[in-house]
Amino acid sequence: MKKLMIGNQAVAAGLHDGGLGVVSSYPGTPSTEITEFLAKYDDIHSEWAPNEKVACEVAFGASLAGARSACAMKHVGLNVAADPLFTLSYTGVNGGMVICVADDPAMHSSQNEQDSRHYAIASKVPMLEPADSAEAYLFAKTAFELSERFDTPVLLRMCTRIAHSQSVVETSEAVPAVLKDYEKNPQKYIMMPGNAIKRHPVVEARTEAIREFSENCIYNTVEYADGDIGIITSGCSYLYVKEALGDSVSILKIGMPNPLPEKTIKEFASKVKKLYVIEELDPVIENYVKSLGIDCVGKEIFSALGEFSQATIAAAFGKEAPEAVSADSAVPNRPPMMCAGCPHRGMFYILAKNKITVLGDIGCYTLGAVPPLNALDSTLCMGASVSGLHGFNLARGNEAERKSVAVIGDSTFMHSGMTGLVNVAYNATNSTVIILDNSITGMTGHQQNPTTGYNIKGDPAAKVDLEALCRALGINRVTVVDPYDLAACEKVLKEELAAEEPSVIISRRPCVLLKSVKLEAPLKVVSDKCRSCKKCMTLGCPAISMKDGKAHIDNTLCVGCGVCKQLCHFDAIV
Amino acid sequence: MTKSVMIVGVGGQGSLLASKLLGRLLTNEGYDVKVSEVHGMSQRGGSVVTYVRFGEKVYSPIVTRGEADIIISFEKLEAARYAPYLKKGGKLVVNTQQIDPMPVIIGAATYPEGVLDELTAKGVDVDALDALSLAEEAGSSKAVNIVLMGKAAKYFDIPYDRWISAIENTVAERFVEMNKKAFDLGFHA
Repeated sequence: MKKLMIGNQAVAAGLHDGGLGVVSSYPGTPSTEITEFLAKYDDIHSEWAPNEKVACEVAFGASLAGARSACAMKHVGLNVAADPLFTLSYTGVNGGMVICVADDPAMHSSQNEQDSRHYAIASKVPMLEPADSAEAYLFAKTAFELSERFDTPVLLRMCTRIAHSQSVVETSEAVPAVLKDYEKNPQKYIMMPGNAIKRHPVVEARTEAIREFSENCIYNTVEYADGDIGIITSGCSYLYVKEALGDSVSILKIGMPNPLPEKTIKEFASKVKKLYVIEELDPVIENYVKSLGIDCVGKEIFSALGEFSQATIAAAFGKEAPEAVSADSAVPNRPPMMCAGCPHRGMFYILAKNKITVLGDIGCYTLGAVPPLNALDSTLCMGASVSGLHGFNLARGNEAERKSVAVIGDSTFMHSGMTGLVNVAYNATNSTVIILDNSITGMTGHQQNPTTGYNIKGDPAAKVDLEALCRALGINRVTVVDPYDLAACEKVLKEELAAEEPSVIISRRPCVLLKSVKLEAPLKVVSDKCRSCKKCMTLGCPAISMKDGKAHIDNTLCVGCGVCKQLCHFDAIV
Repeated sequence: MTKSVMIVGVGGQGSLLASKLLGRLLTNEGYDVKVSEVHGMSQRGGSVVTYVRFGEKVYSPIVTRGEADIIISFEKLEAARYAPYLKKGGKLVVNTQQIDPMPVIIGAATYPEGVLDELTAKGVDVDALDALSLAEEAGSSKAVNIVLMGKAAKYFDIPYDRWISAIENTVAERFVEMNKKAFDLGFHA
């Protein structure tokens, strides 16, 4: 059946139709929908794990047990799952195993632009890279055969443009899920030195066997044209090359970026006069081509930064850019921001007001960094707020402890904030950690997590008691506060910063976008009472603006949270 | 020949439903179609853009400067932001709604009020309408997306009835009548 699917849906369909039994993932843009679509199938065990390492290890266990398994994550998630990945390469698999990883060139929703192909090379694991949804389906489906044939996990690399672009997919007959026999095999699965040392040569030989396979596989394709120019490319760069240059150039399209096909590349290079390598991010293919002693043009004209487009390619090959008309007026930026009624805003307002140093984390609340709140001092990676705060306080001592906090969301705290908190308690800094508990994984589009009381299917599940958990980790002072109540937030903040021991403040209020949240009637400004002091504007609420010199509340955006009302000295907001 | 459409607006305005409708419609019409969306952080009140490309065989999922046949903008400022993507002779369908971005709200920048007239003066084919009022007339301010699709429909070579059946297949059943009305109001605006 032909259907329009985003790349991630096609991956899900491919994994399912390839006989998937178990999937475990942690959400992360642009990978999230893979697992969301898989959760719709009743014949697959699907789950949100607390983090990518857990997810990858769950997939390992399922593979060991004989099922075909998968996990999905964004590029930085693979950093978290790197520990199991590198040794999974040694153990290999029983049931086929696919690790889906989605890169985010141009950082549409990420903190860095890392190229996950390096992981495939470093861990010596084969990687597939589709260029559209039809390939995403095919590559995901056949990845299990590759995995079982060569006894290795397989990485499936997506990128934002492929993951979130819809294109036509024709699905084929599904392979029924089979549970292979499980037999104890310590030499293969117990990676202690004596066993692992015997597995390493197996891994090296496997890479060469897969390289041989890659010379004649469905993943790498060659299109010869009449001209002198040959281009080696992959993923969405291939699409841009075809769009810009059509059939005028010869193309070697790489669908398996690791291991790369040596003979195919040599043959292709020998048949063209001028060779280009066009790939987004790092020169992975280019470096390999050069290591074969083949001259090519790559990163000197095609940047290692951001995304390409057909215009990038056209310009590089000397084609004139089409005419474009711009307005002369300056067009102000429209950066993303916290929603009207976002429960994070009240707490950030109090933090900014008190000039607190705030070590931030990954989630919607990273938007506390933007004007006018400018409330954050750092954002590094999942969990780094808590552990970073401890280090900050170790370095700067008691003065800093009274003026600094960490802010971390509920899901991020479960992901990797807990271990940092153990360290705060164990190694004793008077750190103040604020858990912004909005009862959902917000930024990635509302996924359940262990603190919400529901699982991926929306069924009731065990619910982590955050207060009890923090106490169990060694924190005696745990307070819960409503971020819509500014006075309460400020009081609790001052008390906990002054305390001579570590503390946790749980700022608790569900995400205002959740369907279960009942919205209040929008507020309005009584114009006669408004003195134009712009105090309400310091919140950075998108519903509030100045119209004709007075504050104005947009009733299509306001959800009546009442935070601005608490700031108005003139009772002008009702 | 591949045609390029852009749907632009402010995160949360419903542009994903509009692109889903258009993608389904064009697939039904037998075209090869690619639709490129943006998820994640940009959806939080930021500037959002969706590309829709269709033809016999479509490669790139994105649209670059000077390439778009039609831009459908949910907001005035966003129309100005993406106007350079329009090809010569392309159509700019725009909702006259004004949503202030944060730099304007905090007084760090000015909203270019007369920007549509400015673009018209430069020869851009601007087709503007108050889609919010029409959406409210249809029954919900959320139907701005479908009103705009109604307005843009005349620039596609696809009969009215095909659009209606795509709406029936795309939106939730209880909203079908309201959205059909929204489409009709946009179509005749």
